[in-house]
Amino acid sequence: MKRKSSVRFWQIAMLVIVIALWYVLTSPTLLPPIYFKNATQAAFFFGEPLQVAERIWTWFVSGEIYLHLGVTLLETLLAFVCGTLFGLGVGMWLALAPSAAAVFDPYIKGANAMPRVILAPIFGVWFGLGIWSKVALGMTLVFFIVFFNVFQGVREVSPVVLANARMLGASKRQLMRSVYLPSAMSWVFSSLHTSVGLAFVGAVVGEYLGSARGVGYLILQAEGTFDINTVFAGIVVLTAFALLLDTLVGVVEKRLMKWQPRSGETEKL
Amino acid sequence: MKAVDEGVVHPALALDRITCTFISSDDPNQRYTAVKDVTLAVAPGEFVSVVGPTGCGKSTLLNVGAGLLAPSSGHVHVFGDELDARVAGVNRRAGYMFQSEALMPWRSAIGNVVAGLEFRGVAREAALQRGEEWLSRVGLAGFGDRYPHELSGGMRKRVALAQTLVLDPDIILMDEPFSALDVQTRQLMENELLDIWQAKRKAVLFITHDLDEAIALSDRVIVLSAGPATHPIAEFDIDLARPRDVAEIRSDPRFVELHAQIWSAMKEEVLKGYRQTKVKA
Repeated sequence: MKRKSSVRFWQIAMLVIVIALWYVLTSPTLLPPIYFKNATQAAFFFGEPLQVAERIWTWFVSGEIYLHLGVTLLETLLAFVCGTLFGLGVGMWLALAPSAAAVFDPYIKGANAMPRVILAPIFGVWFGLGIWSKVALGMTLVFFIVFFNVFQGVREVSPVVLANARMLGASKRQLMRSVYLPSAMSWVFSSLHTSVGLAFVGAVVGEYLGSARGVGYLILQAEGTFDINTVFAGIVVLTAFALLLDTLVGVVEKRLMKWQPRSGETEKL
Repeated sequence: MKAVDEGVVHPALALDRITCTFISSDDPNQRYTAVKDVTLAVAPGEFVSVVGPTGCGKSTLLNVGAGLLAPSSGHVHVFGDELDARVAGVNRRAGYMFQSEALMPWRSAIGNVVAGLEFRGVAREAALQRGEEWLSRVGLAGFGDRYPHELSGGMRKRVALAQTLVLDPDIILMDEPFSALDVQTRQLMENELLDIWQAKRKAVLFITHDLDEAIALSDRVIVLSAGPATHPIAEFDIDLARPRDVAEIRSDPRFVELHAQIWSAMKEEVLKGYRQTKVKA
């Protein structure tokens, strides 16, 4: 217990030190300019922590941010759900149909190797500047993660477990539901952190490249007016929510994967 | 009863001149004949053990009997009806207890036990009740909500036993089910198996490489030759009185005598099998 609290102490200390350094180095009045000729230049390039905090504060107090945040989170959620379902379906199908998998193999490899963020402008043209172009981008990112994991998960089903289920009288459908799907899901869950993160990336990058709402849009607007403090405020808000999503995924994962062995379950008295 | 047909009692499981030749997936010209011309039968209610050197194709035979593997040639009859693994799939009247871990790790112990009932469309309540009954019969009452990884190896085997037997199969196929257990747990499990078998009198085909186990449990022991092209070389009736206790019976003079007889028939094959694995390694 003692070690855990000291770790927490140093984690917080680190945050305080970084912010303090940031504050001291960018404040126009505290230090003589070390690198820049003009005292206000450091603040222009790196922003000021107090201003960033104030920006965030006014966002939340005035309620201005909620719409944008809501849009970004909705896009993330939709991209995640659609991408996961799609990846699950296609992954199951190809894993159970080896000849189809052999035909599709080079195309899937190619699509996966392609830097898919570059599809954002195309989706913008197809689906407009609303949320669907962002959902589509996030989906392409999430899809491949889930797809490969499902594919692997189905392929790695223990042949003995499979034979056992067949001997117990499982039909093809029951095998899918009771053996292939749970096995695939364990792989999907192990990649859940990555796929939620990528859904978020898809949403924000999509907004950044063209939108009328969302946190990415706020950042883009601020950048246009060289308002570096607002850009940083947007980044901080995004990071905080990314962490929140990740924690949420951790909780869900722990709930659903309790059948998996974890090492080190003994308690020291 | 289906077994009695025009006055003829059909064996519960009959393998008729079974040959299994495997083709290597890397090189289609490389063939390996695991079993050749094997004919054996298990009568309803009979406990038959098959012993043989390791790697001689015992599991192949069992998979054929279960309908998991289609033989290259030969026929399988289940209570007189032909079983064609290519058409009908698995042997519906058989329960199979595997050598390695076969429980679904994502299901709790009770979930695993009732899996077969669930697949057969038994109502949830009734299935759970029968599942609990079997869990307590194998000494695991109260362990139903544990996941396989939370159970010891012996407990997992008991769950597997309950999982197979809860379906009340007419034929029980067992592939070295207790080989991974320590001696004490193993004897407990063997006695439990005998008790259950005594009560239900199902046909059992039991595969093992342990001669003691085979003699202690069975009505009949079939000795297989070393692979490749494994085939039965000898058959012994075990005329020891029942009910038996697997630990005590080992000191019975008749047991010792049978053991010596079967071992002398097996010895040459075991050595042959050993030399072959040595050459391979």
